[in-house]
Amino acid sequence: MASARTASPRTGRNLEAVLIAVAIGLAIGAYALVGLGVNDALPPGMLGYGAGLGALALVLHLAVRRFAPYADPTLLPMAMLLNGLGLVMIHRIDLGLGKSFTESAAFRQLMWSALGVVAATVIIIWLHDHRVLSRFTYIAMAAGMVLLLLPLVPFIGKNINGARIWIGLGGFSFQPGEIAKIALTIFFAGYLVTARDSLSLVGRKVLWMQLPRAKDLGPLLAAWGVTLAVLVFERDLGTSLLFFGMFVGLLYIATERVSWVVLGLLLFVGGALAAWQLFAHVQARVDFWLHPFRDDILPYSTQIVQGVFGMASGGLIGTGLGEGSPWRVLYSASDMIFASLGEEMGLTGLFALLLVYALIVERGLRTAIGARDGFGKLLAAGLSLTLALQVFVVVGGVTRVIPLTGLTLPFMAAGGSSLLANWMIIAILLRISDSARRPAPEADGPLFDLPVDEIPPELQDGSNSQGDDRDQYGSGNDQETVVVR
Amino acid sequence: MSELTLTLLRLGFLALLWLLVLSVVAVMRRDLFNSPRMSRRPATAGVPAMSGGGGRSQPQQQESPPLPTTLVVTAGSLKGTTIPLGQAPILIGRTPESTLVLDDDYASGRHARLSLRHGVWMVEDLGSTNGTFLGRNRVQDPVPIAPGAQIRIGRTVLELRR
Repeated sequence: MASARTASPRTGRNLEAVLIAVAIGLAIGAYALVGLGVNDALPPGMLGYGAGLGALALVLHLAVRRFAPYADPTLLPMAMLLNGLGLVMIHRIDLGLGKSFTESAAFRQLMWSALGVVAATVIIIWLHDHRVLSRFTYIAMAAGMVLLLLPLVPFIGKNINGARIWIGLGGFSFQPGEIAKIALTIFFAGYLVTARDSLSLVGRKVLWMQLPRAKDLGPLLAAWGVTLAVLVFERDLGTSLLFFGMFVGLLYIATERVSWVVLGLLLFVGGALAAWQLFAHVQARVDFWLHPFRDDILPYSTQIVQGVFGMASGGLIGTGLGEGSPWRVLYSASDMIFASLGEEMGLTGLFALLLVYALIVERGLRTAIGARDGFGKLLAAGLSLTLALQVFVVVGGVTRVIPLTGLTLPFMAAGGSSLLANWMIIAILLRISDSARRPAPEADGPLFDLPVDEIPPELQDGSNSQGDDRDQYGSGNDQETVVVR
Repeated sequence: MSELTLTLLRLGFLALLWLLVLSVVAVMRRDLFNSPRMSRRPATAGVPAMSGGGGRSQPQQQESPPLPTTLVVTAGSLKGTTIPLGQAPILIGRTPESTLVLDDDYASGRHARLSLRHGVWMVEDLGSTNGTFLGRNRVQDPVPIAPGAQIRIGRTVLELRR
């Protein structure tokens, strides 16, 4: 360790390669265990699967090595691990359902993984500087809105399982909301970086809280309105929670005012209660959540109940990959994949996976702290927030903390649009972290936000004592300096 | 394959999964213990290195003072912020593209620029509304910055340090 630390600033690329190798090894191991569990023999496609995954990782790793050498070394291995284990689980459910390889969900997911990795590679190669994205703030807003509302357009939009969040293009369907997620994060970051000055002005004080000024409430109310429209017309609680939560979170990060969070939560609770009163499909979701075992609800809430039983039968260390029966749950490979993983990998496995998500989010937030520009900070924070919220909504839904919604577990659940979008998010985070960790030309280390104890003591007392400064550091000019306090 | 081997493989898989998670955590520890302060010593030859730990000697004794290495904000909302100085010019202003993004109502979007010319750091105003001041003098064209001199932009005061 010590010898590696002294030389030129560490890029962490070799570390990344090692971690990726371990992640892929784990995915191959999981694949082998599934084969052993189901067929009592090592699966024939094991080498092919490993080679495919390894090729994808190699492409991305080399692109990062060449074009973003200072990027965070842990993001890529963690994303690769989640993607690989997700593929294995989907394949395992295909086996349980008796699907042949070419029509299987795993095959499609593998194709989408490849597409996602290609998209990530393209972003890393073409996007030299994330600040370019801030030029497209309002274009991103328009694109995000269009994508979000596209499923409502007749003929293109498709209503699948009660939620209208798909569009059909030719033979396959796509969830434009997943891409809208990225576009709207770019918009929020670009907008808040310019608007945060006025948004952080304080208005009246109520109780212990400084409320923002009434005329600054516009953006919050607009985001709330769009969110409710998504909830009501697309019947998608998860997406609406995701967007509103991300907007409020970014508003907080940009302005450092807790009052925005409180206001946002109040608005969301109010809107959710109103929607619950008015719309039958929301009421049904809430009933599935609160009383899934009641006799009159049980026929409809089987999915949740089976998922819960699946996780219970998994116990602490799980039934073992390929030993359980997760495929019995409806949508066990997509919406309910967390329950399927819980059944076969147990609480131990689930906690490891949750920790991986938490670490990805932490790396994203760390990148935000290290970023040298306000836009990069907000973009990295927003992208990590979307991942965090999405995991919370999915896992919360499956474990009955909040109503179950149709969001996908990032990287793991079967679903191409989500996989593509999440790989793009990782690519943008890698790009931002590259510029955050890249040494400034000729000097090294990002020193933008130093903690308070790094400030020389003579600056900490707040008196701007120029006299002391001159004594200590020497001053070439004899003029009196003017300091505005 | 026997049940026992399978169980052992399964447990080994979970253990390896946790090993990966923990090794990622170990990598993250570097953020805490390999902080910028420890890695600050310039590795490149272009910037003169500080001598050891208590290396802030009295610079006025030197004939040709070494180049300053950091830009420090000594007053204003960003008080305490430091930026390492390299060869690259530093743009100061309110636009997000600036090197030092000021959160200051009296600063312009592209307010001022610090640049290294002929081995001296110079400050120039970029047509700001409220002006850039070096000491008491309003700056227009590039002016060399004396060590310890205070550059005032709106409510923000900057200083070069070694």
